[in-house]
Amino acid sequence: MDIKPADGRTTSSGTTHPARTLDRRSLLRGSALGIAAMAASPLLAACGGSGSSGSGGGTTVTFGSNAAVPQPKGAYETLFKAAHTATGMSVKPNWVDHNTFQQNISTYLQGHPDDVFNWFAGERMQFFAGQDLVSPVDDVWQTIGAHYTDAMKAQSKGKDGHYYLVPFDYYPWAVFYSKSMWKAKGYEEPTTWDEWIALAKRMKKDGSIPIAFTDKDGWPAMGTFDYLNMRMNGFDFHISLMRNGDKWNTPQVKAVLDQWRQLIPYYSPGFLGLTWQEGAQQLLNHQAGMMVIGLDQIGTIFTGAKADDLGFFAFPEIDPANGQQAVEAPIDGMMVSKSPKNHAGAVKLLKYLGTAKAQQLWLGSNPADIATATGVDASKYTAPQNAAVKLIGGAKNLSQFMDRDTRPDFADPVMLPALQKFLNSPGDAASILSNVDKQAKSIWAAGG
Amino acid sequence: MTEVELAPRGTPKRRRTRRLSGWDRVVITLMAGVPTLLTVALVWLPALASVGLSFSSWSGYGSVSSIQWVGLENYKNIFTIYPEFPPAIEHNLEWLAVFFCLPAPFGLFLAVQLDKRIRFSRLYQSILFLPVVLSLALIGFMTELIFSPTQGLINNLTGHTHGHVTDWLGNPHLNIWAVMLMACWRQTGYVMVLFLAGLKSVDPSLKEAASLDGANGRQIFRHVTWPSLRPINVVVLVVTVIESLRAFDIVYVINKGTDGLELLSVLVTDNIIGEASRIGFGSALATILLVISLAFIVPYLVSVFRKDSRP
Amino acid sequence: MTAPGTLPAAAPARRSRKADRARGDSPAPARIALHIFLAGTCLVWLVPLLYAFYTALRPYADTARRGYVSVGGHYGTGNFSAAWVQAQLPHYFWNSVLITVPALVLTLWLASMVAFVVARFRFRINIALLMLFTAGNLLPQQAIVTPLFKLYQLVPLPQWLAASGKLDDSFPGLILIHVAFQTGFCAFVMSNYMRTIPAELGEAAVMDGASVWRQYWQVILPLCRPVLAALATLEFTWIYNDFFWATVLMQTGANRPVTAALNNLTGEFFVNNNLIAAAALIVAIPTLVVFFALQRQFVSGLTLGANKG
Repeated sequence: MDIKPADGRTTSSGTTHPARTLDRRSLLRGSALGIAAMAASPLLAACGGSGSSGSGGGTTVTFGSNAAVPQPKGAYETLFKAAHTATGMSVKPNWVDHNTFQQNISTYLQGHPDDVFNWFAGERMQFFAGQDLVSPVDDVWQTIGAHYTDAMKAQSKGKDGHYYLVPFDYYPWAVFYSKSMWKAKGYEEPTTWDEWIALAKRMKKDGSIPIAFTDKDGWPAMGTFDYLNMRMNGFDFHISLMRNGDKWNTPQVKAVLDQWRQLIPYYSPGFLGLTWQEGAQQLLNHQAGMMVIGLDQIGTIFTGAKADDLGFFAFPEIDPANGQQAVEAPIDGMMVSKSPKNHAGAVKLLKYLGTAKAQQLWLGSNPADIATATGVDASKYTAPQNAAVKLIGGAKNLSQFMDRDTRPDFADPVMLPALQKFLNSPGDAASILSNVDKQAKSIWAAGG
Repeated sequence: MTEVELAPRGTPKRRRTRRLSGWDRVVITLMAGVPTLLTVALVWLPALASVGLSFSSWSGYGSVSSIQWVGLENYKNIFTIYPEFPPAIEHNLEWLAVFFCLPAPFGLFLAVQLDKRIRFSRLYQSILFLPVVLSLALIGFMTELIFSPTQGLINNLTGHTHGHVTDWLGNPHLNIWAVMLMACWRQTGYVMVLFLAGLKSVDPSLKEAASLDGANGRQIFRHVTWPSLRPINVVVLVVTVIESLRAFDIVYVINKGTDGLELLSVLVTDNIIGEASRIGFGSALATILLVISLAFIVPYLVSVFRKDSRP
Repeated sequence: MTAPGTLPAAAPARRSRKADRARGDSPAPARIALHIFLAGTCLVWLVPLLYAFYTALRPYADTARRGYVSVGGHYGTGNFSAAWVQAQLPHYFWNSVLITVPALVLTLWLASMVAFVVARFRFRINIALLMLFTAGNLLPQQAIVTPLFKLYQLVPLPQWLAASGKLDDSFPGLILIHVAFQTGFCAFVMSNYMRTIPAELGEAAVMDGASVWRQYWQVILPLCRPVLAALATLEFTWIYNDFFWATVLMQTGANRPVTAALNNLTGEFFVNNNLIAAAALIVAIPTLVVFFALQRQFVSGLTLGANKG
């Protein structure tokens, strides 16, 4: 099938006599256009005054923040203003949303990182310290050391014994519930596994979803695994499993999954298709009785008048030997990049951020977390915040969370789908664990 | 470029050929050379580097000297102990089959209808094309709104929110089809626009002539329209293969591509992007994806171009 | 829907019915059926979007309490104005312009040149060349990102072009990768299109002594308007909606395009989906405008094809 020539436009080529010079000119014009288009954009960007991470030094400290969302962003802005008054350093933030920041941390730290940036404690911090992508902050700790407990200090050090993190805020994982619902139904907080299962049974009989469990996103299940493992096999076993990845195919871990099977009948129907927010709403709307989650998450759903309706209890005891001693309490904090433009300024800023005063100023608008430094005015805390302080204060050991306690290249790529697979077909626990073990061995063998 | 003679395509005989002038040669070299250079430097060199890295174990940090070479270890692991790999391959192939069977013919059908001179054609086109331009965030949220087990439109309309819920997003045998539905919703508009652009090249006077000769609508389509669509068919084929093998975003925005939604591109991302990457392992997955893609495309392209270059 | 195209006054026109049908003017009942079908399909197509729009009109607190499938509570444009301000959409829209427009222009321009060379001349390397471009499109972006990032870190740029002083974390870097990645597909589509342009056209120009460049710029390119319009629509959509490259290769948050800024409404854990839906609907507007604008170009391309002698 051929198309006849369209002559309307093309006859022009016949009438005009082409001259070489003219062609050359139009070729040049064409390429000039492209180059101009390329060059124009950064120039225009500069005109637009959109500040980039260019400047630094002197009295400016650049700050890579993972809190671009308005609510914590506003809290940080207040904090930075106060920091300027207190230290004379003006903070220049680079706002990035939480997930993007986390996903791209590797290119960020190897590219043009800011002087100071938001990060997390645990293996997640030690990993980057080990890669030599961050600076030690021992000088900061000489000043702030007095404000922190020994458990906090331990969580802030790299494997080489140097400090790399200044903890800022943290929050506990626990079993949450709506106080008003429990009061109406006469439920009481269980402390042991058997009490817990009995309560769940009762709730089911009462027509509620006993446990709002939701795992479409994969990570919420990790919290339950961590607690089961710590309650059954002890904190040391759990941390060793996370750090060394060498005991996955053992009777101990198999027992954890078998124990977990007892909970599954009490979970939200369709839980693998639900987000944690949908689960939290089941709690908020009194459709569900309990939920294993972090205060940082559920606290954003129970807000305003509902804030004090949020109750929680420690994950129940399974083995009396381990009791309820370990608490999962992920710590967020700040680190300093490898070669900051203003090192002295960064140190000054961190010294300020490592005080209860600074943290409480920030917490004013973040009632879902608690301060890491000691000496906080507890009267300003909400009821759940005070309860969180009590829970963590009574803990013998603090864990971070699976994706902070183990290798990042193992947590999400291997464990997340493995736990989902288990929840889908609990009968396959043995083969799932044997596969996790193989993958763990290959990953740990590859990069020490 | 030795054979620098001007022989425009489609010429039955090599008549009227003319040696290109020196300036013309420079121009042609620049016209083809600059884009080639750019693509080679920014796409192919990194791609070849990735193939190379697939034989290594590397976290992506530090200098090149920190790379350990491990031979075929990554490939061995993928095929033996990586449980997400077989379902990913399966889903990609299902995706390809579905894209061939649903959006491609339906897009063509819609394009042919919209190419007729009817009122509101542009309005219809715009609406059908709409899903193509929507951002990922919105499509993910829509999927949630429609398919969520408790909050979703479907389960609420059919009364499946309590007790026995249909878990459209969490059931690993069901969710791939829910996602595919959304993907087809988007792909159809894309294919339709490609075909519409192709249909513009069909000479209306030919259709008119055929009609005057007594051909009916179907015959006109078969003997006039379809043959002229040949160039666009190649495009649609390539697009369908690309889109189904590179399918990524809807799945990723729903649950990061786990629990029944595994796809090769997701596995590549899981291992390469992120806090600590297994660049070698991820690159091996990418290489497998590349090989599969090329296996689909290259033989077809070669046959198409061979046919064309032989007058 | 109404049943248009059945103007009775126009019916006794002198045109033959067969010619009418050939132009697509089918008889009235078929036409009505077609409209019903198309309108129905469009409605189905719109449902998810309308539903998202409906949700965007409601405050999060209401949908959290009542569920998404519900009526009642407050309705209003609060989410839209909040999204506009909170996500600083104007600032990020401008970034998107700075990235998308140069990338689009360069992509179409470079691709048309490649396509011209491949489609209009008989070089031995043509197939290889086209294969190089087309197959480049098959590569998953994630697969090349690590080497590309390392490469970008090595290329210095003058300070006036990029504050980072490197290709990494710069506008030119982002533009170039879009161009490099998208040129393949465009070259492939355009070369297919250019093959259908009769050879005589080029020959006529050659007989008149026109240079290669003139053939390309004044003969072939003007004929490619419909395909350029179609590609511009698609490429605008891809480049504008990208946030993979934007987040990996641009570390300065304030320089990212608007699609990445949508994420700024997403918290660490809490996600106000209603607000995000509102923002995403706003962000979709430019792509819709481009589609509407270039649809006219399709039509003018059609007239060009129809005016034949």
